[in-house]
Amino acid sequence: MKCEYELYKPSWCPGCGNYMIRDALKKALEDLEINPSKVVLVSGIGQAAKMPHYIGLNGFNGLHGRALPPAIGIKMSNKYLTVIVESGDGDTYGEGANHFIHTIRRNVDIAHFVHNNQIYGLTKGQGSPTTALGQKTTLQFDGVKLNPLNPLALSLTMGAGFVARGFSGDIEHLSNLMKEAILYKGYAHVDILQPCVVWNKINTFKWYKDRVYKLNDDYDYTDFELAYKKSLEFGDRIPIGIFYKVEKETYEQRFPFVENGEPLVKAELNPTNAQKLLEEFY
Amino acid sequence: MDYSILIGGAAGQGIETVVELLEKIIKRAGFNVFTYKDYMSMVRGGHNFMQIRFSDDEIYTYNSKVDIIFAMTQETISKHHDKLKSGGIIICDESFEENDFIKLPLQKLAKDLGNTKVVGTIGVGFIIKYLGISYDIAANTIKTFFKDENIDVNLEAFKIGYNIGENKYQLQSLEDDKILINGNQALALGAIAAGVKFYCGYPMTPSTSVMSYISRHANEMGIVVDQVEDEVAALNMALGASFAGVRAMTGSSGGGFALMVEALSLAGIMEIPIVLFNAQRPGPATGLSTRSEQGDLRFVIHAGHGEFPKMVIALRSPEDAFYQTARAFNLADKYQIPVVLLTDEYLADYDMTIKPFDFTKITIERYISNENEIEDERYKRYKYTESGISPRLVPGIANEKLVLVDSHEHNEYGNIDESIETRVNMMKKRMKKLDNLRTEIQEPDYIGAENPEYLLVGFGSTYGAIKEAVLRLNLTSEKFGALIFGDIYPFPVERLNYYSNKAKKIIVVEQNYLSQLKSLIDEYTDIKVDKSILKYDGRAINSDDIIQELNKFLSNYTI
Ligand SMILES: Cc1ncc(C[n+]2csc(CCOP(=O)(O)OP(=O)(O)O)c2C)c(N)n1
Ligand code: SF4
Ligand SMILES: [Mg+2]
Repeated sequence: MKCEYELYKPSWCPGCGNYMIRDALKKALEDLEINPSKVVLVSGIGQAAKMPHYIGLNGFNGLHGRALPPAIGIKMSNKYLTVIVESGDGDTYGEGANHFIHTIRRNVDIAHFVHNNQIYGLTKGQGSPTTALGQKTTLQFDGVKLNPLNPLALSLTMGAGFVARGFSGDIEHLSNLMKEAILYKGYAHVDILQPCVVWNKINTFKWYKDRVYKLNDDYDYTDFELAYKKSLEFGDRIPIGIFYKVEKETYEQRFPFVENGEPLVKAELNPTNAQKLLEEFY
Repeated sequence: MDYSILIGGAAGQGIETVVELLEKIIKRAGFNVFTYKDYMSMVRGGHNFMQIRFSDDEIYTYNSKVDIIFAMTQETISKHHDKLKSGGIIICDESFEENDFIKLPLQKLAKDLGNTKVVGTIGVGFIIKYLGISYDIAANTIKTFFKDENIDVNLEAFKIGYNIGENKYQLQSLEDDKILINGNQALALGAIAAGVKFYCGYPMTPSTSVMSYISRHANEMGIVVDQVEDEVAALNMALGASFAGVRAMTGSSGGGFALMVEALSLAGIMEIPIVLFNAQRPGPATGLSTRSEQGDLRFVIHAGHGEFPKMVIALRSPEDAFYQTARAFNLADKYQIPVVLLTDEYLADYDMTIKPFDFTKITIERYISNENEIEDERYKRYKYTESGISPRLVPGIANEKLVLVDSHEHNEYGNIDESIETRVNMMKKRMKKLDNLRTEIQEPDYIGAENPEYLLVGFGSTYGAIKEAVLRLNLTSEKFGALIFGDIYPFPVERLNYYSNKAKKIIVVEQNYLSQLKSLIDEYTDIKVDKSILKYDGRAINSDDIIQELNKFLSNYTI
């Protein structure tokens, strides 16, 4: 069976990295041959977060910063769904940073693709949590005064079992990362470098292209300390690929009735099943 | 007969255990029980007290005066001795300075038993003897109440207390056919009966015991309980679960509810069914964490930016909490809207004997469509219909059709659409659901004289106090009636107009400063409210308070 993922016309700017990310996602899902009706794409608000409108999947386009909580609710209710979260750097590391941290703690089986253009695209160019210190923006006229957040170092130290970085300019590589992330049992964090051609004139396609390099084939992604060291490398050279991947117990596995039973959504509801709980009140 | 026992002590002294044991014994002896709880927000120290009221008659609230005070600290006596009826007794340890009370060697006896924790059980023995309640019922209750290793020592303690006491009353046991339950337990049980499969929340008094009750039964009932990172996550996560087709719920108190407000609006535009509750405590901000108020009525009705249909149900009693919670799930599913249950600390925590819940009365109506029934090639999650309700599919359960929900204004497919036409049509579609919902809103309960001269109006947890006030007042003159709202938004006006036309004076009773219920009456009717009896000191109003305030107001009239 080959699944076709219908594409709809996006409102992104020509040349925006989001197009390539969408192509990579489509390719990954087609290669994995997952029926579109068994995938839910969850997003927040932003340019990246418009993805559910542009690809033929089930979609939950929720609130800014709040993509992860509904994704957890969805996965726990129907474990047979492939749940993918796509959102921007502001969405994920700014407004939604608290959820990001606690989602890693839970280790729910979802794949999280963060479109990191190091800027707020939709709201026209304000600094994001990953904008470089000192970078001038449409709001920070004399430069950003907060230190940037390091997404990979953060997810690694929080205990994520799958941590990777991709680049929208290399669709083949990115779509392979996506496949790995989707197949991974647990929370998979993929930070994706994505140029915003309108609002980020520093981190341009060329800027990224000149710096990214793929982790070697002999790179040991089970070595945490190595992964952490690599995660700190972000400057003249920027590594892409799987930084860290180990098996971890998932959140679902910690609920025996979820792990061993039918998905909760299939449960038959019968009020009299609860009758027995009245006993203790007599 | 109508007796009250006040038990007071410091936090950490275990007065909860004493009260739970004593109320259970009295309940098993067949009496109606109502236990009022007054906590401070402290884990150690401070002063807490609880009042167990019991009667062979129906009772609906606590009494202001008590017959017995069991003081575990001196402070209990100084704070509460003025509540003692004449002829009442105060029991305390012999070491207390006071003179004219019943002083028992509680500490010493407990020490002799090798367990200082059983002081309370000795007191319970004394009280049971004093009241003349069946020794056997008490002893049997102790055997089921404590953990195995603690049964013997508590039985011993009970016996000692029983034997040193004197007997005053002879209370014949009655048939014990009721349950003893509080509002939060009833709410939680209602949700479980309705088939909740996903509950998430963040601890906040007085909402937490709903989550802990569900959590205790989670594995047995197959419910995922998630203690989320914050209340923002709570409602968003619950919406995800509901979107995926399970019945989901969250709840909090005012501050946590405030954090859910953005997602409440999301539920509105996404048209995802959800049930959530606000167990009110006095605000603003942290306010009084362990106390009660009805100050969030307007807040909850208006919660959520933008305009969208929602429903608010004020819970009136533990019984109401059970049935209304289960009903809320059906209404949420039917109209694909958020339904907010409004409760408060008083109702959350008081224990009351009631008729056991009838689980066969609970129906489960999901209103989820089958994929085959959908004619459109591409599924329209927000299809325009006569009723404004679009056929609902669940993602993944549908095998071909895709389900897209969106927080932007969207077209019928769920895709972003900013056109004037779509905006207007979608607003009309969503708001039409509110019109239809209005047709099945329940009118407030009416209690009292068929042609009342004085009409009391309240909502939610003041139900018991108002009801009892009216029943008591009508003993002397059949002039009083009361309407107590459960469904409160959309605001039902029929019965209110009907009884207001008959009454000479209309008196609103509520626990807030601004008289928010009165403001709703002003907004939705032409009725002139003559008086608001308001209480915003964080303590629950009872029938004594209401009668006292009424008498003041009506002193110019003959009642
Ligand atoms: C609660 C809330 N705050 C602010 C906004 C406005 N807003 C929408 S998207 C966004 C930032 C988008 O940046 P990012 O997440 O990086 O996504 P991008 O557009 O760059 O893909 C902001 C501030 C909002 N929609 N909701
Ligand atoms: S503003 Fe930037 S991120 Fe948004 S579509 Fe245009 S290029 Fe892409
Ligand atoms: Mg961005």
